[in-house]
Amino acid sequence: MNSLLSITTFIPLIAAVILLIFLRGEDEAAQKNAKYLALIATVLTFIASLFILAGFDPNDTGFQFVEDREWLMGLRYKMGVDGISVLFVLLTTFIMPLVILGSWDVKTRVKEYMVAFLILETLMIGVFCALDLVLFYLFFEAGLIPMFLIIGIWGGANRIYASFKFFLYTFLGSVLMLVAMVAMYADAGTTDIEVLLTHNFASDTFSILGLHVLGGAQTLMWIAFFASFAVKMPMWPVHTWLPDAHVQAPTAGSVVLAAILLKLGGYGFLRFSLPMFPVASDLLAPLVFWMSAIAIVYTSLVALAQEDMKKLIAYSSVAHMGYVTMGIFAANQQGVDGAIFQMISHGFISGALFLCVGVIYDRMHTRDIDAYGGLVNRMPFYALIFMFFTMANVGLPGTSGFVGEFLTLMGIFQVNTWVALFACTGVILSAAYALWLYRRVVMGDLIKESLRSITDMGPREKWIFAPLVAMTLILGVYPSLALDIIGPSVSALVDQYAANVAEFGIADAQAAISDH
Amino acid sequence: MLTNDLSVVLPELALATYAMLALVVIVYTGKDALAHVSLWVTAAVMVVVALWIGVGPDQTQMAFNGTFADDAFSRFAKVVILLSAAIVLVMSQDFMTKHDLMRFEYPLLVALAVVGMMVMVSASDLIVLYMGLELQSLSLYVVASLRRDHAKSTEAGLKYFVLGALSSGLLLYGCSLVYGYAGTTNFAGIIETTQGSDHLSVGLLIGLVFVLAGLAFKVSAAPFHMWTPDVYEGSPTPITAFFATAPKMAAMALFGRVVHDAFGGAVGDWQQVIAAFAVISMFLGAIAAIGQTDLKRLMAYSSIAHMGFALMGLAAGDAGGVEAMLLYMTIYVLMNLGMFAVILSMSRDGRPVTDIASLNLLSRTDPMKALVVLVLMFSLAGVPPFLGFFAKYAVLVAAVEAGLTWLAVAGVIASVIGAFYYLRIVFFVFFGSERDPLDQNDPLVLRAVMAVSALLLLIGSTGLFMVVQDPATAAAIALAN
Repeated sequence: MNSLLSITTFIPLIAAVILLIFLRGEDEAAQKNAKYLALIATVLTFIASLFILAGFDPNDTGFQFVEDREWLMGLRYKMGVDGISVLFVLLTTFIMPLVILGSWDVKTRVKEYMVAFLILETLMIGVFCALDLVLFYLFFEAGLIPMFLIIGIWGGANRIYASFKFFLYTFLGSVLMLVAMVAMYADAGTTDIEVLLTHNFASDTFSILGLHVLGGAQTLMWIAFFASFAVKMPMWPVHTWLPDAHVQAPTAGSVVLAAILLKLGGYGFLRFSLPMFPVASDLLAPLVFWMSAIAIVYTSLVALAQEDMKKLIAYSSVAHMGYVTMGIFAANQQGVDGAIFQMISHGFISGALFLCVGVIYDRMHTRDIDAYGGLVNRMPFYALIFMFFTMANVGLPGTSGFVGEFLTLMGIFQVNTWVALFACTGVILSAAYALWLYRRVVMGDLIKESLRSITDMGPREKWIFAPLVAMTLILGVYPSLALDIIGPSVSALVDQYAANVAEFGIADAQAAISDH
Repeated sequence: MLTNDLSVVLPELALATYAMLALVVIVYTGKDALAHVSLWVTAAVMVVVALWIGVGPDQTQMAFNGTFADDAFSRFAKVVILLSAAIVLVMSQDFMTKHDLMRFEYPLLVALAVVGMMVMVSASDLIVLYMGLELQSLSLYVVASLRRDHAKSTEAGLKYFVLGALSSGLLLYGCSLVYGYAGTTNFAGIIETTQGSDHLSVGLLIGLVFVLAGLAFKVSAAPFHMWTPDVYEGSPTPITAFFATAPKMAAMALFGRVVHDAFGGAVGDWQQVIAAFAVISMFLGAIAAIGQTDLKRLMAYSSIAHMGFALMGLAAGDAGGVEAMLLYMTIYVLMNLGMFAVILSMSRDGRPVTDIASLNLLSRTDPMKALVVLVLMFSLAGVPPFLGFFAKYAVLVAAVEAGLTWLAVAGVIASVIGAFYYLRIVFFVFFGSERDPLDQNDPLVLRAVMAVSALLLLIGSTGLFMVVQDPATAAAIALAN
C-alpha cells in the first residue's frame, strides 16, 4: 500500500472537514458527537500508523513508503519516513487520542476545538513525513494557525498576549528559514529533500562587508534554519514564548505543545542542519553546546523559583530540550540516538505531567502551587501517578527519562567534557525542582479548606495515564525497542556527517598551505 | 493594413464601442432606471471579452506601427483585469442601491477605465502608454467622487485628481526626456538605442527615473503612496474595491512592460530603483498599518505592502521575476476581492461600518464569514497552506535567484511585522469581546464571492493553481526572454 503515509496524515483532516460541514448546533448531543468523531478519527490514525511501524524495515537507511506526485510551481508532493522520523509519527498518533480524551470536559465551542486539534494533528504528522522543502514548510508553518486559535480562544486570562507572542516569535524564526530554503533551491535546483541530503552546499569562506564568514553559504543557511528551529525547540535565550504559551493554553494544548510541537525543532535539526550543512554544524557546534548548557542550568534555576505549576514544567521542558540540542550536535551515535530517544520520552513524560496539572486544575481552577498541599490524603492514586512522572522527569533509572539523558550526556562527554560537566548539574537541579514541586503539592497535611472535598481521579482519567505509564516504563527498561529502529539511520547520518566534515578539514588545510 | 491593425485591437474596440453606445442609448431612454440593467450587461460584456481574449490564439501581434502589442503577457493581464472588474461591479450593486448611488454612468465609467487599462498593458509606445493611462485615470477620478454630496468622497476624488495629475506630469516629463535622448517613443526603438553599452546615458537615466516615479504613483508604491489611504477611505466601498484590484494589476503590468520592453537592455539601471521601491513599500505598508482602526485604511496600507512584494518579483529583472509578479498580482486580486466582499457586507442597522472593532466576535454570530476572514487574513499574511504563501514564495525565489537575497530577507522581516495587524483582525473575530452584532442579511452575491475566494485560496495549494501558472509562464516568456 503505497499511500499509507498520506492516509495516516489526512484522516484527521477529513474528520475535521466532516465536523465542520455536517455538524450543526451547540447542544449536548452535538458536542458529544464532535468528541466521539474526533476520538474515532485519532484512534484510526493511530491504527494506520501502526501499519507503518509494522511495514518499516529498520535496516534500510533510506526513505520508505515514499510517495511522489506532481504539485504546483515545480514543487513535488513527496512523503516518506526513515528511522529518524518514523517514531515521531508514532509519537504524534499515540498522543493525540489521549489529548482528545483529556479534553472531554471542554464546554465552550466544542466543535471548533476538536476541528482545531484534528487539523493540528494532520499538520504535525505532515511535518515528519514531508520530503519536499516547501511541503515541509507548509506543514511546519500552518501548524501555527490552529495553535494560535487554541491558545487564543480556550486559553487562560492572559491568552491574547500569549497567542500573539507565540505566533510572532515562531513566525519570525520560520520566515528566515524560508529564505534559506529558497537559497537552497536556487543552489541545488530542486526542493526534494532526498536529493538535497546528498547535495554539497558551498562551504568556501567568503566575506560580506569585510566580515569573513567561515563555512560560507552553509553557515548563513545554517543560521537561518537555526533561527527557526531554535525558537521552536525552544533554546535559551529565545525560549520566553514557551512559558507564556503553556500557562495560557488549555491542558490539551499544553500537552500537544510539549509532547509534539517542541519536537519539530529537534527533528528539523536532524533532518536539515546536521546532514545538509555538516561543515557549518561542525563550526557552530560549540555555540550550540554552550547555549544548551546554559539552558539546562539557567532554566532549571528559573524553574525552582516558579509559583505556577505549568510554568515550572514549561521551564523544565526547556531544560530537557537542552539535552536534545546538545546530543544532536555532538554528532556521534550515542548523542544523536540519545537526542531522538530523549525527545520521544519527553513526549510521554511532559505530556503526562501537563495532564497531571490538568487533573487538579479541572477541580480547583488554579495552577498556583501555594493553593495546594497534602493532596495525598484525598487523592492517593493521583499522588502515585504524579510521583511516577516526577521521577521520570528527574531521570530515574528504569524510566525512559534516564536513557535519554544518559545517552546524550555520554555523547557530549566524548566531544566536550566541560559542557558535559555543566549539563550534569542539570540532573541534580531537575531533581531539586521536581521533588520540591511534588512535596509542596502532594505531601504534607491537608490544611487548605478548599481542598477538603477534592476527589481522586475518575476512570477516564486513569485510562488516559495508563498507556503513558506503560510506554515510559517499557522504554525505560528495554530502550532497544526504540533504539533498534533509530540506530541504522542515525549511524548512516553520523558517518556521512563525519566524512563531510573530514573532507572540509582537508580542503581547509590545503587552502591554508596554498595561501603561504 | 488598417484592417489588420483593427483586428488586433478588436477587444478594446468592442468594449469602448459598447460603453459609448450604451451611454447614448441610456441617456435617451431610461437614465438611472436602467442602471441595474447597465451594470449587469456591462459585467457580462466584460466576462465575454475576457473569455474571448482568454481562448484566443497564442501569438504575438503588433499593430499601428509597433505601438500596440498583443502578446501572452498583455492577454494574461487583460483577463485578470476584466474578470476582477466584472466581479467588483456585481458585488457593488447592493451597496450602490442602498446608498442611492446607482447611477447609470457608474458601470460605464468602470468599463471605460477598463478600456484604458487594456490599452496600458498593451502599450508599446510612450504615447500609447500615456493615452491608456489617462483614459484610465480620468474615469477613476470621476468614480472616486461619485458620492457628490459627501465631503469625504469629494475630498478623495479631489486628492486623487491632484496627486494623479502630478504623477502624470512626472511621467510625461520622463517620457519627453526619454524621447529627447532616444530619438523615438517606440519601445522597440528605445531598447535599440540602449544596446551596445551596459548603462544608459544620463539623460535616458533621468527620464527613466521620472517614468518609474510616475508609475510608482499609479501602483501606490512607497514613497509615492500618500494618496492611497485617504482615497481608499473616502471613496464609496465598491469603488475602493475596484481601486484595489484591476487598476493595480494594470499599473503593475505596465511597470513590467516599460522596464522590460523599453529598458530591458539596462536591467542594472532600474533594478536598484525598483528594489528600493519594494523595500520601502513593504516596511511602510507593514508598520503604518499597525495603528489603523478603519478596515479600508488598513487595506490601503496592506496593498502598499503587497505592491512592495510584487515589485520584489519585478526587481529580479528576468522572466522568472515577471512570472512571480504576475502570480503575485493574481493572488493579490483574489484575496482583495474576498476581503472587500467582507467589508461590503458589514453593516449595522443598515448603515455601513468599516471599523475593525465592529468585527468583534464575528465567529459567534456568523461562523462562516469568520472562517472566510480567517483564511483571507492568514493568506494575506503569507502563512501556508493558503495561496498567499505561494505568492510570497514565488517572488522570494525570483529575488534570490537574481542575487537579491538581501531584498528577500528584508521582505520576510516586513511580512512578520505585517502579520501582526492581520492577526489583530483574527483576534477581533475570534477572541474579541461582545458588541452589537452586525446585520446578518448579506446579499447572496457577496457571500458567494467571499466563499469562492476563500475556497480558492485554500484548495489552490492542492495543485488547482496550475491553471493560472502555465499562462503566467507563457506571459513572462513573452515579455522577458
